[in-house]
Amino acid sequence: MGAHPVLTLIAQRIALGILLLLAVSVLIFLGTEILPGDVAQSILGQAATPQALENLRRELGLNDPAYIRYFTWLGGVLTGDLGTALSNRMDIATSIWPRLKNTLFLAFWAAIVSVPLAILLGLVAVRYRNGFVDKTISGLALSATSLPEFFIGYVLMYFFAVRLGWFPSVSTVYDTMPFADRMRAIALPATALTLVVLAHMMRMTRAAILNVMQSAYIETAELKGLSLFEIIRKHAFPNAIAPIVNVVMLNLAFLVVGVVVIEVIFVYPGMGQYLVDHVSKRDVPVVQAVGLIFAAVYIGLNLIADIVAILANPRLRHRR
Amino acid sequence: MMFKRMPIGAAIGLFVTIVLLIVAVFAPWIAPYPGSRVLGGVWEPSSAQYWLGTDNLGRDLLSRMIYGARITVFIAVASTALAFTLGSILGFMAAVIGGWFDTLMSRFVDLLMSIPTLIFGLVVLSVLPSTIPILILVMGILDSTRVYRLSRAVAVDINVMDFVEAAKLRGEGTRWIIFREILPNALSPLVSELGLRFIYAVLFLSALSFLGLGVQPPDADWGGMVRENREGIVFGIPAALIPAGAIAALAISVNLVADWILNRTTDLKGGRGNA
Repeated sequence: MGAHPVLTLIAQRIALGILLLLAVSVLIFLGTEILPGDVAQSILGQAATPQALENLRRELGLNDPAYIRYFTWLGGVLTGDLGTALSNRMDIATSIWPRLKNTLFLAFWAAIVSVPLAILLGLVAVRYRNGFVDKTISGLALSATSLPEFFIGYVLMYFFAVRLGWFPSVSTVYDTMPFADRMRAIALPATALTLVVLAHMMRMTRAAILNVMQSAYIETAELKGLSLFEIIRKHAFPNAIAPIVNVVMLNLAFLVVGVVVIEVIFVYPGMGQYLVDHVSKRDVPVVQAVGLIFAAVYIGLNLIADIVAILANPRLRHRR
Repeated sequence: MMFKRMPIGAAIGLFVTIVLLIVAVFAPWIAPYPGSRVLGGVWEPSSAQYWLGTDNLGRDLLSRMIYGARITVFIAVASTALAFTLGSILGFMAAVIGGWFDTLMSRFVDLLMSIPTLIFGLVVLSVLPSTIPILILVMGILDSTRVYRLSRAVAVDINVMDFVEAAKLRGEGTRWIIFREILPNALSPLVSELGLRFIYAVLFLSALSFLGLGVQPPDADWGGMVRENREGIVFGIPAALIPAGAIAALAISVNLVADWILNRTTDLKGGRGNA
């Protein structure tokens, strides 16, 4: 007696995701530990005495073989202990937590605006396909996908913060900040993030809907004389939902990456800025921890996309 | 013939791309001043002497833009070339050899692609110095994953065609199969991917330099110049927008050309409509 096929598939996907995350943790660890740079040397600089180097190496456990250090690190990560930062000796987990909340807050509002907008624009583009509206939307989308994040960010900052003074140019947020002020502070970075993912998401949504609209069963429905609304409700939507959710998840993953540059532009105290700061300081434990969290979010979003695709596939709904 | 029906967007894109490439190649002859010499005050507005004004240290912005074009284009071209060489050869090999090699390579590429490129780039650059060869290497290797996927997919299709079978039966080696049989037939999808990967390299490099982890001062690519001049924005000095706009212009232009080429090649294949 086997489990329901959908459950089996989902369980497999989740197991695969966990496996992938483990492999990614190995890769991130290898990327920072095995490469030619010596962590102790880069912390203390070229002028360090051999004795000081040796002491630091022992303190950081750098004399152990790589696999032992990996398992020590992984064990720590799994129990919520991300280690201590080399640069300021602070516990990484406690420094990350408020920043993670800030980043998620920013990404959440960018997603709330961009997802419905992108789907709407995608639908409009399909509705007026090859007409003026579609060409304009597609042209703008094509240009927008090639704009660097900092171009969008600084243009917004220059006009709306500096010239017009509507919003603060530096997005400082703190814990006790009232909600309205907080929203005002993130208005520009959230807009920039929205613009970064909007074009991509809209183009992919348009392609996904078009793909469905061009299939034979839609043509059959058209020939049967169903109204456009009926066609969309009964035939197009159920089939388009999986690719659209896929598009949305992929773009939320994009958003997670776009956050890095946007946070640096607006000096927003989130994960991205934290990562970039500590890459320049060559603070390896922080980079490993933040890199792993970013990768986990990315893999998680892709996993959700896969699971939704499985759930939305009617062929898997019944036992064979 | 092919240029006659060229849409206006693609024509503009082609023109801008060519102009920027010429500027990049002939930078030392075009630039009015040396890129790193301090000439005037900080952030002077544009004048007859300094067409785009001066930058955060009083260097001529136009000259720095011209030298920046050179660095940006050079690194992007080099890393794209590396990505294509590495990605396509490994992809073709995976398709031709198959078996454990294919499985191993494909799973490894899946793994690399499951980490966002920028994040992995940052992780690696936290231990490696940001020199130009290392930047090219890191960007090229990370981007080769996408080329690998494309070339493997294309080569798997070609690999089962009769002329490849014939070559295998008459005893040609793997190298012959890859370079004489598969490569010429896989060229057109790869070429249309080339433009997109180049844009990606430009944007990736600019992002790294903007974050201070790409090209190191006193040299600067366009992303680095945005970083140098960004403090001016808050005081209403738009100097940082000029290199940022140049990156956007380059990326949009190449995108327009690539899109046109892509449409042309898909048109030739036929299908239900040019959607």
